[in-house]
Amino acid sequence: MKAFLILEDGHVFTGTSIGAQREVISEIVFNTSMTGYLEVLTDPSYAGQAVTMTYPLIGNYGICYEDMESERPWPDGYIVRELSRIPSNFRSQDTIQNFLEKYGIPGIAGIDTRALTKILRESGTMNGMITTKEYDSLDEVIPRLKAYRTGKVVEKVTCREKTVLKNDGFKVALLDLGAKRNIARSLYERGCEVTVYPAGTKAEEIIAANPDGIMLSNGPGDPKDCGPIIDEIRKLYETDIPIFAICLGHQLMALATGADTYKLKYGHRGGNHPVRDLETGKVYISSQNHGYAVDTRSLDPAVAVPAFENVNDRTNEGLRYTGKNIFTVQFHPEACPGPQDSSYLFDRFIRTMEVKKNA
Amino acid sequence: MPKNPSIKKVLVIGSGPIVIGQAAEFDYAGTQACRSLKEEGIEVVLLNSNPATIMTDKDIADHVYIEPLTVEVVEQLILKEQPDSVLPTLGGQAGLNLAMELEECGFLKEHNVRLIGTTSETIKKAEDRLEFKSTMEKIGEPVAASLVVESVEDGIAFASKIGYPVVLRPAYTLGGSGGGIAHNQEQLEEILANGLRLSRVGQVLVERCIAGWKEIEYEVMRDSAGNCITVCNMENIDPVGVHTGDSIVVAPSQTLGDKEYQMLRTSALNIISELNITGGCNVQYALHPESFEYCVIEVNPRVSRSSALASKATGYPIAKVAAKIALGYTLDEIPNAITGQTMASFEPMLDYCVVKLPRLPFDKFISAKRTLTTQMKATGEVMAICNNFEGALMKAIRSLEQHVDSLMSYDFTALSRDELIRQLEVVDDRRIWVIAEAIRKGISYEEIHAVTKIDLWFIDKIAILVEMEQALKEQELTAELLKEAKRIEFPDNVIAQLTGKSEEEIRDMRYANGITAAYKMVDTCAAEFAASTPYYYSVFGSENEAENSGDRKKVLVLGSGPIRIGQGIEFDFCSVHCTWAFSKEGYETIIINNNPETVSTDFDIADKLYFEPLTPEDVENVVRLEKPDGAVVQFGGQTAIKLTEALMKMGVPILGTSAENVDAAEDRELFDEILEQCGIPRPKGHTVFTAEEAKKAANELGYPVLVRPSYVLGGQGMQIAINDKDVEEFIGIINRYAQEHPILVDKYLQGKEIEVDAVCDGEDILIPGIMEHIERAGIHSGDSISVYPAKSISEKVKATIEEYTRRLARSLHVIGLINIQFIAVGDEVYVIEVNPRSSRTVPYISKVTGIPIVPLATRVILGHKIRELGYKPGLQPEADYYAIKMPVFSFEKIRGADISLGPEMKSTGECLGIAKTFNEALYKAFLGAGIRLPKYKNMIITVRDEDKQEAVEIAKRFEALGYRIYATKGTARALLEADVSVRLTRKLEQESPNILDLILGHQIDLVIDTPSQGVDHSHDGFVIRRNAIETGVNVLTAIDTAKALVTSLENTDVKALELIDIADI
Repeated sequence: MKAFLILEDGHVFTGTSIGAQREVISEIVFNTSMTGYLEVLTDPSYAGQAVTMTYPLIGNYGICYEDMESERPWPDGYIVRELSRIPSNFRSQDTIQNFLEKYGIPGIAGIDTRALTKILRESGTMNGMITTKEYDSLDEVIPRLKAYRTGKVVEKVTCREKTVLKNDGFKVALLDLGAKRNIARSLYERGCEVTVYPAGTKAEEIIAANPDGIMLSNGPGDPKDCGPIIDEIRKLYETDIPIFAICLGHQLMALATGADTYKLKYGHRGGNHPVRDLETGKVYISSQNHGYAVDTRSLDPAVAVPAFENVNDRTNEGLRYTGKNIFTVQFHPEACPGPQDSSYLFDRFIRTMEVKKNA
Repeated sequence: MPKNPSIKKVLVIGSGPIVIGQAAEFDYAGTQACRSLKEEGIEVVLLNSNPATIMTDKDIADHVYIEPLTVEVVEQLILKEQPDSVLPTLGGQAGLNLAMELEECGFLKEHNVRLIGTTSETIKKAEDRLEFKSTMEKIGEPVAASLVVESVEDGIAFASKIGYPVVLRPAYTLGGSGGGIAHNQEQLEEILANGLRLSRVGQVLVERCIAGWKEIEYEVMRDSAGNCITVCNMENIDPVGVHTGDSIVVAPSQTLGDKEYQMLRTSALNIISELNITGGCNVQYALHPESFEYCVIEVNPRVSRSSALASKATGYPIAKVAAKIALGYTLDEIPNAITGQTMASFEPMLDYCVVKLPRLPFDKFISAKRTLTTQMKATGEVMAICNNFEGALMKAIRSLEQHVDSLMSYDFTALSRDELIRQLEVVDDRRIWVIAEAIRKGISYEEIHAVTKIDLWFIDKIAILVEMEQALKEQELTAELLKEAKRIEFPDNVIAQLTGKSEEEIRDMRYANGITAAYKMVDTCAAEFAASTPYYYSVFGSENEAENSGDRKKVLVLGSGPIRIGQGIEFDFCSVHCTWAFSKEGYETIIINNNPETVSTDFDIADKLYFEPLTPEDVENVVRLEKPDGAVVQFGGQTAIKLTEALMKMGVPILGTSAENVDAAEDRELFDEILEQCGIPRPKGHTVFTAEEAKKAANELGYPVLVRPSYVLGGQGMQIAINDKDVEEFIGIINRYAQEHPILVDKYLQGKEIEVDAVCDGEDILIPGIMEHIERAGIHSGDSISVYPAKSISEKVKATIEEYTRRLARSLHVIGLINIQFIAVGDEVYVIEVNPRSSRTVPYISKVTGIPIVPLATRVILGHKIRELGYKPGLQPEADYYAIKMPVFSFEKIRGADISLGPEMKSTGECLGIAKTFNEALYKAFLGAGIRLPKYKNMIITVRDEDKQEAVEIAKRFEALGYRIYATKGTARALLEADVSVRLTRKLEQESPNILDLILGHQIDLVIDTPSQGVDHSHDGFVIRRNAIETGVNVLTAIDTAKALVTSLENTDVKALELIDIADI
């Protein structure tokens, strides 16, 4: 069946419907990863967005459920050039076609994803609609597209209840703002007992549990839509508990301590972004997925200084908090998908907890 | 870390002559690296024995030495030029080995020269089998478990430890004979016992069998600060067991999930870090298809064929970046030249799919085994890009120029189901065609996979192509169907064939429905950033990104496609220089080519590069978009020449010599007329179509005669016939390849063969120099030793050659280059061949005369006159030194290929010897070709009757040099009669010990074996020559070559070679 992608600037792409056949309006973003489509689909940070894969051949190795980064796929829509007719991998349990249908994710295939990517690169991220309905006129559609807001998506993706991954190492409180599973797994593999808290948890509750460290996860949406969470994070900042934050967690900590964030033109989404550790000068290839960044000009050096920067566009990629056991990164050391080069940051977090404990 | 200021003068070592396994990719890498060094103000000294390369141009390096790649030469060069550093990682294995020897003997240290780009420790860790194994074990990277055993018991014990199947490789047996795969203990006992007996040292390597696993490669870069990136990964469609150079390769990997992809990527980064490599590195893996288990197969701590492919597949210039890293820069300090705004410390993201196909030489070596193994056989390769796999495969197929344009091109329809399954077991270059037929016959994916181990994903893609064939055959051709066929890159002619329509009808239908090619960019970043110097590939059903920038005049340069025997790197040299010359004249330059190994497909050679097949349809698509003001075809070899007619039909003016005149040189009758008008004799001959006519012509001319198809390359199909039977057999072979063109039968003249390249501006000609061949006529010019200046011909002959060249160039209205081959019999000069285009000798003669022939020809094409360009027309004064071009062969790589020389070209490359005296030049040329004598001072002579007299003279001279000579009966008798002391050896069919045992005994330096003319029905000669080659013995099959070699060996005074800087010529 025919499907259409209509952008708020009036561009229309015609392709074939994949997944669910419902109409959806969302923010259209692109991801340049060549592998890891399932991890992308199940990354809660994509809530409120429809994601375009720039790599044209998707679904080649099928679906392996244990690779899911959360319990379900989150994007509002999925945009690809071509879905593989058959999956081929020894672990494959399902096809991507079935997967999209099973979870009701609408999508479009067979469009010129490169042309779409160029539009987003030139004009910036914009809203769009995936539909199987043929509109005679866009006059009615475009105002609806423009009106779309991602909104408070963290509430949608966070866990409902506190859960504990039993272990005998450090006790880490993980604030789930839309966490990818590999964050908890990375800590667990390093011996940590991880307690996952819903995003709305009060700081007092976390502090009362007396954790050795706190982990703020990644998550979707505009950080400034997370007012109440920011207030709680401010309280966490006031303690001397070591904190490590990723992506949205990093942005929220910055906002909580007086810095500012802004929306990037078209964001960083992919597995090839170079980040420089400003302390050592070393460059790591990182997995990224963010549309917002911390404005370094808004930083008070007495509070926080840049720890990482993006080699391509010099945007901020991490902060070290002055006089605190807090460091935060914009990129994804948990990978999945993408390079594992910065997984050493979890080790660094463990060492921080050790030092703190032994002090 | 910025540039190391103490690096000021760098010696770059090239890879030498083109051989199978070490080809044009190193010219590409070396040229890019030299330009990258010069950009940084470094003084570059270049050493490479290969004169056909672009890297040996004085524009590329400051000092250029085309000298043999030996330790002595490098030492002498270092003493002469005093570089502070040596960069050895760009010259393939040859360059790396030289650097290792120099480092190990302490020479570099003694003269304060450092190795940059790598350390000897790194090389050792990566190349030494044991050190490599222990290094991998240290960092927990698995390698296939193996053990050398000397008894069956040890073999059984080890095999039960590592698990069956196991591979058994006896040490030191010919071509791996006696080895095999054992699936259980019973088989192991049998094969191992046999292998131990066959092995000369009684040793057999028992190795974990990883055949059938997925073969995956990663290209990795690392700088001195320890920053690492992967440029690209690649998946071989052919599982482990076929050399990656002979495999169909796809980039990026298609059947790996993120878990596998990242697992191997992390492993590759661990390896490059542990080896402490600064620069580029290639890591090859075997990945178990049904688990996460993997083995590291091999690590190449240098640029390689794979890195050239990765560069072209992604747009990331690995060699350029590696050179900058060698100077001390870190990846985040080096700009990404394609985007212009990001840095080299990122990983390219592809939004398309790349397919590489090998160009195998089985059309040249008809007797050779087509089987693909771990020994590489391909001479070259093609690459195609598309946004779907099927399309990339289809484009790659038609880029091969081997009469293939679809999955129907090899016909296996006659095979039954069972026969097909058996055929699937044969791993050769036609396997994907067999798979296609298997699918047509309804054999399931699983069955095909069970035999071939090729991943189901690829089998499904082949099935999609087969289904399209079916649909086109059976359904009505709607616009929708046509659109889909074009999306997966069915060419118009194949669609026409399947639908029963004409190609024109298909094209018209396409245009009427707006189904036209669009061009997308290779930009390293999947469109995330704007690109400043991208290149393009075509797709159907997408938006076009290639802008027709229309202000400057535009020229289209047609490249020469894959490297093959007869059309090598020389034509890339010409294409690149022509492109540069047009740029200098203010033209916008556009190149179309499909060879990932070459300089011409580097991103910054032409203003625009289209990475496309060189077929009329593909070229027309570019022409429709770019509307060039003209096209040059005379620099791209036969590939480009073949497109002339099509270009004219498209309305593109051919710049330089017109198409009619190109035709006139190839069409026998037209050409005869011209020769007659010019008063130039040629060997008598006839044009025929059938064997009967051919025999009649031959008898009229008198045997021996030359038989060849017209429009051929490298003498393909050309043979000397001595009787009617030969003629019949040759015509049969020629007609096997659907020949649209007639067959030529000429009187064979045995004289001195002479060759010239000339530039003609319509009035005047310029001949840079006359080259003469050491071997008399009958051996292809590309396989002959060529000497400049010609030393054995009279002034009268020289004057005649100049005059004939002038007359011919004028009559053919040549504007640009012409290549003419003559035969001189006494003072009589005959013309045997005229090519109104650039030739194989152009780079060589340009370099040794210092006359930039290609730029000159290009300016002439643009209307300049030779006189106004500052040259005196006519034959140029001879240089005061000799330059000898020596052919180099790759016979040991092609099992079953006949190595005897004849009219059909067989060499893969060449090297140069240049010196003040003829003898020194000859010595250098042999040295450069790898002939280093003596070792044992034992040789075998076995020659045909016609050569016996000359063989006597040669044998005497070898005897005087202290050689012990063995000969078979006939030759021995001739030698004895002439008082040469000779040892008789039994013929092949006689009982042991015979001639074969002698050769296999590893005590022979040289075999001189001249095969009888005509079809060599004697199988003996063939077996002797093959065995000698495979044992590493030098074999000469022409008496003249043997004479030249003994001359070179007699000059024992040639000790200290004088090195000549070509840049000073």
